[in-house]
Amino acid sequence: MNTIEAKVVVLGTQAVGKTSVVIRYVGGMFSKAVSPTIGASFFTYKLTVNNYRVKLQVWDTAGQERFRSMAPMYYRKANAAMLIYDMTSADTFYDIKEWVSELKRNVDNPIVMCLIGNKCDLSDNREVSVKEAQEYAESIGALFHETSALKNIGIEEAFLEVAQQLIKLYETSPNSGLHTIDMGENRSGAKEGNSSIKLPEEESSKPATQQDTKCAC
Amino acid sequence: MADSKEAEQVSTSESEQSDLIEPETCIHRENSMLLPAENFISIDYESFENYDCQPSGVIHEIVRSNSQDKSEETPDVVLSSSNDEFSAGEDKEERKQISAKELASALTEEDIEEDETRKPEWRAQKKHIFILSEAGKPIYSRHGSEDKLVTIMGVLQALVSFVHDSNKDNIRCIIAGDHKFVFYVRDPLILVCVSQGADSTQQLLLQLTYVYNQVLSVLTHKTLVSIFKQRRNYDLRRLLSGSEKFLDSLLSLIETDYSFLLGAVRCLPLDLQVRDMISQSIIQHARVKDLVFALILANNQLVTLVRMKKYYLHPVDLHLIINLVHASESFKAAESWTPICLPKFDSSGYLQAHISYLDESCQTCLLLLTVDRESFFTLSDCKNKIKERLLKYNGLNAIGDSLTKTSYSINQCGITDLRHFLYKSRSTAQYTSPEVEAPYLGTEEQERLFGLYQYLHHRIHTSARPLKILYHVGPHETLLGWITQGFELYAVFGPLVTKPSAIHSINKLLKWIKREEDRLFILNSVTF
Ligand SMILES: Nc1nc2c(ncn2[C@@H]2O[C@H](COP(=O)(O)OP(=O)(O)O)[C@@H](O)[C@H]2O)c(=O)[nH]1
Ligand SMILES: [Mg+2]
Repeated sequence: MNTIEAKVVVLGTQAVGKTSVVIRYVGGMFSKAVSPTIGASFFTYKLTVNNYRVKLQVWDTAGQERFRSMAPMYYRKANAAMLIYDMTSADTFYDIKEWVSELKRNVDNPIVMCLIGNKCDLSDNREVSVKEAQEYAESIGALFHETSALKNIGIEEAFLEVAQQLIKLYETSPNSGLHTIDMGENRSGAKEGNSSIKLPEEESSKPATQQDTKCAC
Repeated sequence: MADSKEAEQVSTSESEQSDLIEPETCIHRENSMLLPAENFISIDYESFENYDCQPSGVIHEIVRSNSQDKSEETPDVVLSSSNDEFSAGEDKEERKQISAKELASALTEEDIEEDETRKPEWRAQKKHIFILSEAGKPIYSRHGSEDKLVTIMGVLQALVSFVHDSNKDNIRCIIAGDHKFVFYVRDPLILVCVSQGADSTQQLLLQLTYVYNQVLSVLTHKTLVSIFKQRRNYDLRRLLSGSEKFLDSLLSLIETDYSFLLGAVRCLPLDLQVRDMISQSIIQHARVKDLVFALILANNQLVTLVRMKKYYLHPVDLHLIINLVHASESFKAAESWTPICLPKFDSSGYLQAHISYLDESCQTCLLLLTVDRESFFTLSDCKNKIKERLLKYNGLNAIGDSLTKTSYSINQCGITDLRHFLYKSRSTAQYTSPEVEAPYLGTEEQERLFGLYQYLHHRIHTSARPLKILYHVGPHETLLGWITQGFELYAVFGPLVTKPSAIHSINKLLKWIKREEDRLFILNSVTF
């Protein structure tokens, strides 16, 4: 079985529920007291889809203005972008359009986009209609899901569909930037240059073997 | 607080300074803004430098409110500017008469009813901190919403620019009854503290410099300056949004944590071998190009610090890092990658920090600070290896054990009548102190103890009359402060101790500290 490693960036205005969605998906829980992200948080998640092992490296970014200029660092090499807005706030939906045009301008490699209207448990206060969001998603070639991190609705599906798209991308587009990693390799981003680390001889063997055994995933 | 009821004696065993002691004056000469030169925490003097070349000894401005209406709380204000020298026979003719109320109303006619300052809770606060732009735009207030403090911010801005414009001078502090107003004008920001607490003017100024540095830590000096250069009227809250909690957290730490007062860091007590092993783990597994600092923090205490050979971590920067970790729950959820500016290291740019907790209970935090924005995965790798090694050699357990003990009991020092102490090693900018025990267990008592130390610290460091030894008999306890080349010691005894026995105890204590030194301090600096 092939393992695909894919970078996913989560974008959207502050407080739309980016962290909550990611933690719901990766950690299987919801915390009312989730605190605002500082900089960016990194999560990994592994799932098996269509005979592929997909390893998602998820960057949950902070929506705060002062981190805005850091965003390129995360989306530049991303294979997928989760564009999250809060369906009870039209403003956060309009902010997505800015993100999309920024992505269009700055990202060359093909990228799977998924528009997510979060907080659907509060749909009584909805400010963004399904139709409007769906049409917009189609217009930019994005997937679309409505979710609730609180009630655990739609999140699993959204990530699964993203993973499927990633596989499709991998199979059809040679310059997708996606790559398979060999199965013994469990260390995140090993490609990024652990060559620069000089391990003392006696130390180098042991941790590596431990890594190997752990990676029976 | 051991206040003006001076019942103290001053030992002269170290110096001839005893007869020089005089009652505190609330206005200090300009050099009293300076902490002793060897102190690690340096207030940013650059902005003060120009005053030093001006002749001193003239009261440039004394503004006295002639408001009669005390219920409006327009206080009698005495303005002191940087060139002031306190003189008892101020010349009445040199005073400018101005009503603070007039000033206020002249400045803002709008939305008085929205004014937070009318709320009793707000007025009752012991200490206020305000940040505003030079144009007078509210940026931050410790208490209340800064939106609703437009009026007072306007007044503060007017005071600053009034003194500046009429004298080319900077306002430093105002004493108005119980309230001290301390100003710290750092282009392009104005920071003001209004306090009715025990803190001295100098201590308040130091706190403002911390606040200023916290702002720099979020934005960098470069950004701050260029933003206001482009638009004088910029609303900085946009950029600071989400960072208020760092300011809040910093200010509450400042009020409870002695590190800030002392300008020193506290190390988690650990056996030398254990600490060495922890440092070695970092050296072995984080030897990565462009990694400048690697450190482990546990409960606001330093476990170890490894640095690039050429660079040092200034205590102020370390305090900002500690505050960042202290205030950010989000680091507990996942590995984080965030920019941070360390103003003493380089105020013009960001370091990139890889931040992660090493243990399940999220007590032991590893920070890897680099200049390479692309090195997250490399550092993430390092972190895994460091963690593995620490687990293997029980490093994390040792840290956990030390944490459960909080610190150590004063009983361990074996000195009767000594209730509590702070000992700062000056060359390393580290300090140690035992757990706070009875009779200082209640919050109120702890605050009082803090006030005692502030008082003692202030008395000793008043640069008008720096002391080496101060022996102070208060109503509830006896205080002893002692400064030498190598250390600063502040000790609190029961009220009945005699001077000889206090001195004896201190000597015993110093011996004890010497014996425990390896465990309480990080004595050798570790580099990559
Ligand atoms: N009702 C509801 N609240 C949510 C949901 N997701 C997140 N929140 C809340 O929205 C706020 C911001 O969430 P957070 O995950 O920090 O947003 P982020 O800034 O986009 O990462 C928090 O108070 C969450 O509890 C959801 O699905 N439903
Ligand atoms: Mg978040």
